[in-house]
Amino acid sequence: MSSSKNKSIAGASGSSRRERTIDIVNRRLAKRYRIEKRFRFYGLCSIIVSMVFLAVLLTSIVSNGYSAFFQTYVRLDITLDSAMLDRENPGKSNFQAIIKQSINKLYPEVEDRKSKRELYALFSSGAAFQLRDLVMRHPDLIGTTVSLWVPADDDVDMLMKGYIKRSVAENERRLSDRQLGWIDRLADQDRIEKRFNVTFFTAGDSREPELAGIWGAVKGSFFTLLVTLVLSFPIGLAAAVYLEEFAPKNLATDFIEVNINNLAAVPSIVFGLLGLAVFLNFFGMPRSTPLVGGLVLMLMTLPTIIIASRAALKAVPPSIREAALGVGSSKMQMVSSHVLPLALPGMLTGTIIGMAQALGETAPLLMIGMVAFIVDIPGGFTDPAAVMPVQIYLWADSPERAFLERTSAAILVLLAFLVLMNAAAVIMRKRFEKRW
Amino acid sequence: MQEVLKKKSLEKRVLAPRESRKTIGNINVQNPRMVCRNVDVYYDDKQAIRKVSIDIGRNEVLAMIGPSGCGKSTFLRCLNRMNDTIDGCRVTGKILFDGKDIYDSSVDVVPLRAQIGMVFQKPNPFPKSIYENVSWAPKIHGLAESKAEADEIVESSLHKAGLWDEVKDRLDQPGTGLSGGQQQRLCIARAIAVSPEVILMDEPCSALDPIATAKIEDLIDELREQYTIVIVTHSMQQASRVSQRTAFFHLGDLIEVGSTDTIFTKPSHQLTEDYITGRYG
Repeated sequence: MSSSKNKSIAGASGSSRRERTIDIVNRRLAKRYRIEKRFRFYGLCSIIVSMVFLAVLLTSIVSNGYSAFFQTYVRLDITLDSAMLDRENPGKSNFQAIIKQSINKLYPEVEDRKSKRELYALFSSGAAFQLRDLVMRHPDLIGTTVSLWVPADDDVDMLMKGYIKRSVAENERRLSDRQLGWIDRLADQDRIEKRFNVTFFTAGDSREPELAGIWGAVKGSFFTLLVTLVLSFPIGLAAAVYLEEFAPKNLATDFIEVNINNLAAVPSIVFGLLGLAVFLNFFGMPRSTPLVGGLVLMLMTLPTIIIASRAALKAVPPSIREAALGVGSSKMQMVSSHVLPLALPGMLTGTIIGMAQALGETAPLLMIGMVAFIVDIPGGFTDPAAVMPVQIYLWADSPERAFLERTSAAILVLLAFLVLMNAAAVIMRKRFEKRW
Repeated sequence: MQEVLKKKSLEKRVLAPRESRKTIGNINVQNPRMVCRNVDVYYDDKQAIRKVSIDIGRNEVLAMIGPSGCGKSTFLRCLNRMNDTIDGCRVTGKILFDGKDIYDSSVDVVPLRAQIGMVFQKPNPFPKSIYENVSWAPKIHGLAESKAEADEIVESSLHKAGLWDEVKDRLDQPGTGLSGGQQQRLCIARAIAVSPEVILMDEPCSALDPIATAKIEDLIDELREQYTIVIVTHSMQQASRVSQRTAFFHLGDLIEVGSTDTIFTKPSHQLTEDYITGRYG
């Protein structure tokens, strides 16, 4: 059918019954444009839908999380009684008692044990540590009275942020009417205010929300990713260059290629199991450490890096290789002087995407014990550490209302790092990109 | 890279198995630079070139002509073992360069290619500066130890390629920013920067306009005084203008060899005559 039509067009010089090409084209033209229009509409719709979802996600996280960047503090006038503080060895003193003493001074009418316990619950247990640090740093303060802003308990914080409603019946509320009265009195005396939550960015994890911070997890993630990067980038690069430029094409290399592609699709928790079996049980490496976490994430990111690097190498035009070989360069000189510089932007992009993936990975790290509750901020590769996504997972699991906002805030920090890494990828690509 | 090249070559050059045809004309020259005898080239099991025997003389331009897929580029790439980069490519027969078989297992391709340079069909300057394009090869071979030596080589090579006056003020700019004809002359400068004995040119003007082509042809004529040049071309006029000897290939066979004058005025083989008069190809 179509061939006969073609013939009639080809020999269109004669009979008037035969249609001109332009008429046939015109008849179909409207339909062709309709199809294109419809496709563009679909494309636009899908972009709008994805942008809406992204916006919803971001607003919900930000609206939940931004309040965690502020924390309610209470001002206490603390008398550093030299009778209670040992000048020679101030660290041994009972700072808890000193704090309680100054609280008692604020509320002289509270006398029985039960009420006192209720009263002390309004102040964070971190106050004693804060006071201890202060005295250790400035021993000359002993004997004076200092005015100190100490963190309020998370329940007070939640009340100040409006998450605990006063309208709720007293027995369903975490703060009693009496406690509300005490808090109001603090407010009347300008002794309570919301301040920027420095603790959140400088502390490790804690059971008390007002003392918990993300810094331990940030450092843990940093050490873990450093191990991953230092191992996976050179190994991945060398593997990709060898496979692409040097390896003979035969069954063995085909087999390797198929397996690398398969590894990229393996669920990440499997790498965790492998790490548990090999690194922890067989080699006896310390559990919960960035070293092992980094090794496991390296296994996970290697296929990604190799595949991206090979794609980047494939994109280098063969004419460049011929040019280099044609003037008598060795293969290694060809690769290092001409092929690698051209492929590097793509390789770096692949590596950073792999790193971003590793940064957000939780499952394999659960298997090697990085899910433990770790208060200390890790100082090196073999210190027990948490990483950011695991920290988020742990906080999301905690019952306290204050951990909810910290979960969202931690997600914000994680997203910020991801955006930073992706921006770095874009900048590097722009920097190294060359036209040929 | 290898896959791409292989695919291209298989599409272009595969032939049905049959006996080779006899070459007409005198394949020998006095005091040859390169001697090829019974060269067969296979891509996997398929034969691309059959029993090609030809001498390449000193300070001569040998033009290789023939219809697409006749094997002339394949043969050219055998002369500096560029075919080694193609998987499944196998070369038998003898190719002697100054009396030594270049396919001997003891021969190292790196110094061989330094002596037998190549200019490709598509200008392929490195995506680096003009200066680096020319100075890179001398540097890796240790011909230019110091900056002064490199400067000298760059200048003389660009002079010989007739490009110096056009680029002397912008040596630090990318070679890829030049026009097509300038890029090809840059590639020629790059090839002669290592002072090779032989330069192989694979359709060097096919991507260029007539003015750039004329410049390159003049250049080939000048270079002949110092180098042996083998050029593959689709342009009969170009072959007749630049070469002293011409070889006509057809479907993997070397059909006829002779002085360019003879080939273009009194061809002996019917196929040659059909091809050069435009009845074939």
